[in-house]
Amino acid sequence: MQDQTDAPVLDRSTTKPVISAKSLDLTFQTNDGPVHALSGVDLDIGKGEFVSFIGPSGCGKTTFLRCIAALEAPTGGTLTVNGMTPDEARRARAYGYVFQAAGLYPWRTIEKNIALPLEIMGYSKSEQDERIARVLDLVELSNFGKKYPWQLSGGMQQRASIARALAFDADILLMDEPFGALDEIVRDHLNEQLLDLWARTEKTIGFVTHSIPEAVYLSTKIVVMSPRPGRITDVIDSPLPKERPLDIRDTPEFLEIAHRVRDGLRAGHAYDD
Amino acid sequence: MKNLLPILTVLAAIAALWYVAVAPMNIRGALDMAERGGAEVVPAESIARFDRSVWRLMMDNPEHIAAGYALERPRLPTPGQVGAELWKTTGDMALRGRALSKRSLIYHGWITLQSTLWGFALGTVLGMAGAIAIVYSRVVDMSLMPWAIISQTIPIVALAPMIIVLSSQVGIEGRTVPKAIISAYLCYFPVLVGMVKGLRSPGAAQLDLLRTYSASGLQAFLKLRLPASMPYLFTSLKIGIAAALVGTIVGELPTGAISGLGARILIGDQFGTPLAIWAALFAAAILAGVLVTLLDVMQRVTLKRMGMQT
Ligand SMILES: Nc1ncnc2c1ncn2[C@@H]1O[C@H](COP(=O)(O)OP(=O)(O)O)[C@@H](O)[C@H]1O
Ligand SMILES: [Mg+2]
Repeated sequence: MQDQTDAPVLDRSTTKPVISAKSLDLTFQTNDGPVHALSGVDLDIGKGEFVSFIGPSGCGKTTFLRCIAALEAPTGGTLTVNGMTPDEARRARAYGYVFQAAGLYPWRTIEKNIALPLEIMGYSKSEQDERIARVLDLVELSNFGKKYPWQLSGGMQQRASIARALAFDADILLMDEPFGALDEIVRDHLNEQLLDLWARTEKTIGFVTHSIPEAVYLSTKIVVMSPRPGRITDVIDSPLPKERPLDIRDTPEFLEIAHRVRDGLRAGHAYDD
Repeated sequence: MKNLLPILTVLAAIAALWYVAVAPMNIRGALDMAERGGAEVVPAESIARFDRSVWRLMMDNPEHIAAGYALERPRLPTPGQVGAELWKTTGDMALRGRALSKRSLIYHGWITLQSTLWGFALGTVLGMAGAIAIVYSRVVDMSLMPWAIISQTIPIVALAPMIIVLSSQVGIEGRTVPKAIISAYLCYFPVLVGMVKGLRSPGAAQLDLLRTYSASGLQAFLKLRLPASMPYLFTSLKIGIAAALVGTIVGELPTGAISGLGARILIGDQFGTPLAIWAALFAAAILAGVLVTLLDVMQRVTLKRMGMQT
């Protein structure tokens, strides 16, 4: 038995995980036979962690995120979010989801786009306005609330879609390759902003990416996956400090983690051949 | 207005072609008239002229070609004649305060317009309701869509008299209701097809996003599917209103109708007054153009208000 004290528990490993998957399986029945999108996935994500999922296409990264968001139903194992089923967690507004395409409504201004979840969830007009102002500030788009999506660059649109996901105070932010379609310079800038936002809001973030530097730069935990069947091959807890300037990417620690991720990805492929 | 030049060019080309075509089309009439007036024509007997091609007649009687451009009852009137007739039966009568006389095309156009608008309203409502049912129910999709397609393969000219007879059987007086039904029959289809496409235009990711908000079906409809379908709706409405007008005119053709542009066309045919037919045809075309343009303006204004680039 562990000694229980009144002191706040700072060590993440002893707190209850926010997201917990135990031998999670998901098999899609397709016309070409079953596709094992996820197989025996075990993973705990603690509160306030920034977890990246990296792996080749088709290894089940999106599927895992969609399971957490109750957009996909696992065919085996258990998955809890805040101790609830994903469905219950969704109804409790536990998470915001950011898709690869910003998916802003072209007929709504940026403000109105951010208001969309708030309208659906029945927030009052004044509360909507207050929240919109707050999240626009968070993603540094305060001057663009009245603009339409087509008047914004791709990076700004994606920031607006992050603001939309933040508007209703979900503790968990699920992001599926949110910067995948953007060029590297914009992406660097957004990565910095995202870290800053994460530090300020203390959200738990699940982040899918194809990019090793992005995963290492952002994460406290990197989950390396491999396909057919989709499974986890390595989980790396990052020793990097929370404060991360962009040039941390040239430090030996950073390169060492990147190396380990690359090895994990390669091992996954060798298994495949 | 950079579209104006190409439009005017096409218009000029059509008018030029039309003028040229008047000569061969009217040469027989011109020769008949010249013969009656005692002039010399080749060949002299009208029976013999029947066997000659119009080209041959034009070559043999070049001095009578010009008369074909001023016949009282031409096979093919010139654009000028049609324009004059149109003016005589619309603007001129309006100036003399007789815009709503039974001889004025404004009166007949108004009759046609009323039925068209009723049919358009009915067709749009039916088309939208059908589209919503199809998008939200797989069963309806499977069962309704084939019938909707089959309905459009039945020639409307065959169906129109039946609708008129049936509606008078159930005691509906006058032509307005059956004409509107025929209009709606032609109009609902483009609206249905366009709205199905529009309501289905949001992608899976868009719908997933709403699911993450636990949005209800009604919310998904009002906040996503309906606004997303607006550009499709307007495109369909423009096709729909033109179809509604055609439907009304077809509904005015079967014997018995005395008012409406369709009736004018039929009467013109029966009394051998081609100018009246052409004037009514042009009035119908102008009416269609005005209606479609109005919808086009509404589309621009609405989409602009919605902030969408068009
Ligand atoms: N709805 C679905 N139906 C059938 N197969 C699917 C479906 N969604 C994903 N898959 C399959 O599951 C596997 C994992 O897909 P996904 O999670 O999208 O991979 P990733 O995001 O890592 O590229 C792929 O082989 C993909 O084809
Ligand atoms: Mg993916």
